Amino acid sequence: MAVLEVRKLQKSFGKTSVLEDVSFSLSKGQCLAIIGSSGSGKTTLLRCLNFLERADGGQILLGGETLFDAAAPKPDPEREIRKKRLHFGLVFQNFNLFPQYTALENVTLARRLAAKERGEGKQAFPRIEEKGKRLLTQVGLAHRMDSYPHQLSGGQQQRVAIARALAGEPDILCFDEPTSALDPELTGEVLKVIRSLRARETTMIIVTHEIRFARDVADYVILMDEGRIVEEGPPSQVIDAPQAERTRRFLERYSE
Amino acid sequence: MLATVLTALCEGFLRTLELFALTLLGALPFGLVIVFGSMSRFKPLSLFTRFIVWVVRGTPLMLQLLIIYYGPGLLFGVQLWGGGTAGRYTAALTAFIFNYACYFSEIYRGGIEAIPKGQTEAGQVLGMSRSQIFFRVTLLQVIKRILPPISNEVITLVKDTSLARVILVYEIIWEGQSFIRSDGLIWPLFCTGLFYLVFTGILTLLFSRLERRLNYFRV
Repeated sequence: MAVLEVRKLQKSFGKTSVLEDVSFSLSKGQCLAIIGSSGSGKTTLLRCLNFLERADGGQILLGGETLFDAAAPKPDPEREIRKKRLHFGLVFQNFNLFPQYTALENVTLARRLAAKERGEGKQAFPRIEEKGKRLLTQVGLAHRMDSYPHQLSGGQQQRVAIARALAGEPDILCFDEPTSALDPELTGEVLKVIRSLRARETTMIIVTHEIRFARDVADYVILMDEGRIVEEGPPSQVIDAPQAERTRRFLERYSE
Repeated sequence: MLATVLTALCEGFLRTLELFALTLLGALPFGLVIVFGSMSRFKPLSLFTRFIVWVVRGTPLMLQLLIIYYGPGLLFGVQLWGGGTAGRYTAALTAFIFNYACYFSEIYRGGIEAIPKGQTEAGQVLGMSRSQIFFRVTLLQVIKRILPPISNEVITLVKDTSLARVILVYEIIWEGQSFIRSDGLIWPLFCTGLFYLVFTGILTLLFSRLERRLNYFRV
């Protein structure tokens, strides 16, 4: 049973088409890797799933129910979109931690605000804080909970960002090139955390340039080019025995 | 003699101080209103607001004081400001608030636009509302960024209050200068200089303290 189903997603900015008929599905506990060169539409796809962009066409179904339908007569109001966003978590390429909050506060802020909005008030805070600490420990940052982002290395910041995304308990966790902004020696610690999430059967979509990592961690790989899916299948097929000429060229460039 | 001079200077000082404080009190929030106009997604409004800001920043404050005070009466025959000292004072205050609000609005705009879009987006994907993002994420970062230019502007305002004399608001320099004409005394003017130095000195200290308080994070 597919937890996520994307049907014929389309998006263009002005006259430039960025996504053309992108369809795929994802089962619970699976890890999907999306690879492709810059400008192939991978990031836009993630942004559409997270309601940061509105797709021009297509549907997004979650657990069999329509979450988004471009054909709907009018777009959802802000309130609805906020609720829908919670089904997805997004880890950005450049972390986007909130600089004025400590690591722990970054992880708990949105959850505390949500509890307040639900009228649970302050009695929910200890529970949220407890969970924040547990998540930071899980990503190996138990000793840096009270550090501000500028006091952390890039790899540590990205791990805080992962903990922050997990705090909302999303159904699907998305990564947008999580290691691209990191120095090579710092990518390992972030990839390790993602691997550990894989072991816990977190449903994930990872946009990445790390081919070897994609092969190790993903159940399914999609290669995108110019807004289309060029090739898809298990890594043993797409990465080790690519069929399309475009895939071979891409892999040659990135595999070293 | 000394007592006469000091009394006069004191009166001028209080008037200057009041003009300064009321201008800030009006211009800081009014600047926020203007920045909502100039950053509006409704094009005509933003173009109109930016045009006004351009006019206000592009002409001397002294000219604006004269036009705001004399304009309504001479152009439309309306006695907008009433007569006497109080009327002139209100006109001066209006001109100052309008002028400084325009400058502040541009500082706000710079500060808001300097915050990376990723901050807002990070808040959005975590399910935060627009107002939560503004008040809990963006605002403090904006304040940290705009504090240095605001402090510059505030210190300039202390000195700009002296321009109010062109419409006969008796601020401190006017009072000091009056003793040159009447008694040939220059030292009252030196006193006014001292007043400005002490005043701006205190403000500088205050702002650097504020900036230090926000030093615990980087933007």
